[in-house]
Amino acid sequence: MKQSLFLLIACTAVLTANALAADVTIGFIYVGPKDDYGYNQAHALGAASVAKLPGVKIVEEANVPETVAVQETMRDMIVQDNATVLFPTSFGYYDPHILKVAKQFPKIQFLHCGGFYIPGKHPANVGTYFGYIDEAEYISGIVAGLTTKSNKLGFVAAKPIPQVLRNINSFTLGARSVNSNATVQVVFTGDWSLPVKEAEASNSLINQGVDVLTCHVDSPKVVIQTAETRGIYSCGYHASQAAIAPKGYLTGAEWDWSHVYGMYVKEVQEGKSLQAGSIPHVVRGGLQDGFVKVSDYGPAVSAQAKQAAEASKAKFMDGTMVIYKGEIKDNTGKVVIPAGVEMKQKDPELEKMNWLVEGVIGSATS
Amino acid sequence: MMENAQVKKVGSLLEPVTSRSLSGTKRHFRWRSRVESVVIPTGAILVSLAAFGVFCALAGADPFAVYASIYKAAFGSWYSFQNTLVRAAPLMLCSLGTAIPYQLGLVMIGNEGALVIGGLCATVVGLQMPTASPVMVQIAMAVVGMIAGGLWLASSGALKHYRGVNETISSLMMNYIAIAILNQAINTWIRDPSSLNKPASYPIPDEQMLQPIGDTTIHWGLVFGLTACLVAWVLLSQTTLGFQIRAIGGNVRAAQIAGIPVGRITLITCFLAGAFPGLAGMVEVAAIHGRANESLNAWYGYSGILVAFLARHNPLGCILISTLLGGLLASGGILQRDQHLPDAAIMVFQGLVFLVILFSESLYGKWRIFRERDA
Repeated sequence: MKQSLFLLIACTAVLTANALAADVTIGFIYVGPKDDYGYNQAHALGAASVAKLPGVKIVEEANVPETVAVQETMRDMIVQDNATVLFPTSFGYYDPHILKVAKQFPKIQFLHCGGFYIPGKHPANVGTYFGYIDEAEYISGIVAGLTTKSNKLGFVAAKPIPQVLRNINSFTLGARSVNSNATVQVVFTGDWSLPVKEAEASNSLINQGVDVLTCHVDSPKVVIQTAETRGIYSCGYHASQAAIAPKGYLTGAEWDWSHVYGMYVKEVQEGKSLQAGSIPHVVRGGLQDGFVKVSDYGPAVSAQAKQAAEASKAKFMDGTMVIYKGEIKDNTGKVVIPAGVEMKQKDPELEKMNWLVEGVIGSATS
Repeated sequence: MMENAQVKKVGSLLEPVTSRSLSGTKRHFRWRSRVESVVIPTGAILVSLAAFGVFCALAGADPFAVYASIYKAAFGSWYSFQNTLVRAAPLMLCSLGTAIPYQLGLVMIGNEGALVIGGLCATVVGLQMPTASPVMVQIAMAVVGMIAGGLWLASSGALKHYRGVNETISSLMMNYIAIAILNQAINTWIRDPSSLNKPASYPIPDEQMLQPIGDTTIHWGLVFGLTACLVAWVLLSQTTLGFQIRAIGGNVRAAQIAGIPVGRITLITCFLAGAFPGLAGMVEVAAIHGRANESLNAWYGYSGILVAFLARHNPLGCILISTLLGGLLASGGILQRDQHLPDAAIMVFQGLVFLVILFSESLYGKWRIFRERDA
């Protein structure tokens, strides 16, 4: 009798505890496929890691274009799947789509990757997060600068928006910090995912003597594969593409979204919210905060390059590294950061970048 | 005007092809062929559902859970039904671009091109009237959209009548020309410089856009679609022009002998066929996007072809099938989220439906139970 009573009380306690920690449904929206070896895969890996946490249910939709279609997807997730937190991950979802739907559903939290929240102008239930992946690009640039024989580096980029320009500039600054003869030729393809154009751009860069290729597109697969087939080195982006370039992959700049998503889930489960202000609207972090990481070094990386890269990484980790330290000129000769001025990573000026640094061959206004 | 004797002569030539009784005397009610025209498409849909179920099972999802999800996202709640209706509206309009010329005996698949051209011209006109009242702007955009789309497909019809160019191919090719014109326009001629990442035209002001009906998410485009299908049905089955169209469709030589002006009617019909998708283009701009951009090229035209064939080119059937297909399209997302199927799953279903329908075309008249008994 006593035993069964004890059992009854224990069961009730467990059931009540579970009921109190009700499942929070989180929606993830990707602009491309989840297995693209790139941007979307990095987010999907992060989503998969929070799906394992107790009390969390995720719903995902992939290949949602940056049009009104994403508004419908967000509404469907809220109404049909009872999602209370949404992570629409593509840059172009922010304005006007998230801003519009967020106004219609003020109780739901919208966390966007890459947007820039303006308090007072944007709704209170919207937040943005991003990683300073350009820190990892800087280190990637150091390795590229010390490995190149032709001193010509190539960069296949999607669109000339500030985040992309910042990556190009950090990569170039890193390369030129160890090799002042290095130049970076940049080609803009025009959109996040254009495999044919990416292949053409890669081949044309290689034909012009580039021997280290990197990129900022949604799926670096095409660029890295082209580099490997043509026998040159490559630096990766978003996730590690070492598996598809076993000989030429030097290193790369990767996201660590599981860390970021885990942090948000914990805050939501503790009852914090954007609306109440207990979750900050603008969240950024770099190597030091675990938002981004540098890929493992490939077989072609020399000991000297590794040493330089590790030394730089150590400076990032202890917070003493400043990439954007004046005087910096852009590639038309104009001074964009005057001497003596230091722009730390969180500086909002850097989020509006519209220039290419000296040493980059190409134009930001294509 | 045709005389009675001529009507009877042409009518008798049409007997084996159309199942509508024309002169109305001493005809028993032809129910078997009507039943057939409902049973076979329904059977085709059921067969495609079964085939899709097999696909889902192979992809690792429970077919019945998939059907339940599709129902939930298409018709299961008022929210879902609104999504369905919003998607059905352009389908109703676009399907007429194939259904109407089919009565003439022409297989035209130029709905996509007419939609794009209609939407583009409607945008250009709408942008010229920033201070006019919303109703005036919308009427102007609708009229221009219809004329632009109508002229687009009428040229395909003209190529057929005056030069013998196969209308299926010419209308298909004109789709690509229309899309190229759209891309050129939004990238250069009418480009809004502030639309950095996604080239688009200048936007139509919010107040001048087509508003939702009441507090639903359904816009007035649905009313246009329903009206258009009804008008098309009345035109084809109740008017002289419609009769002449069907006469030409039945037997061109007989129609010419009977004095029907085939060339003029071909042009008028193709114009109508293009006007409705053109209106759909205007609705896409004025109700959904607010500007002309590459999203105008959203494959509603091609889905319209599927709807027309499924509805056996009957405008009233187009209403029903558009709603069904709209429901299918609206459930694409839920198949990913709840059933973990790939995002192309709903396209697989659409493809299966199309294939089965095309195959089922060969079954008409094959089964004795559906053959009309002689009186």
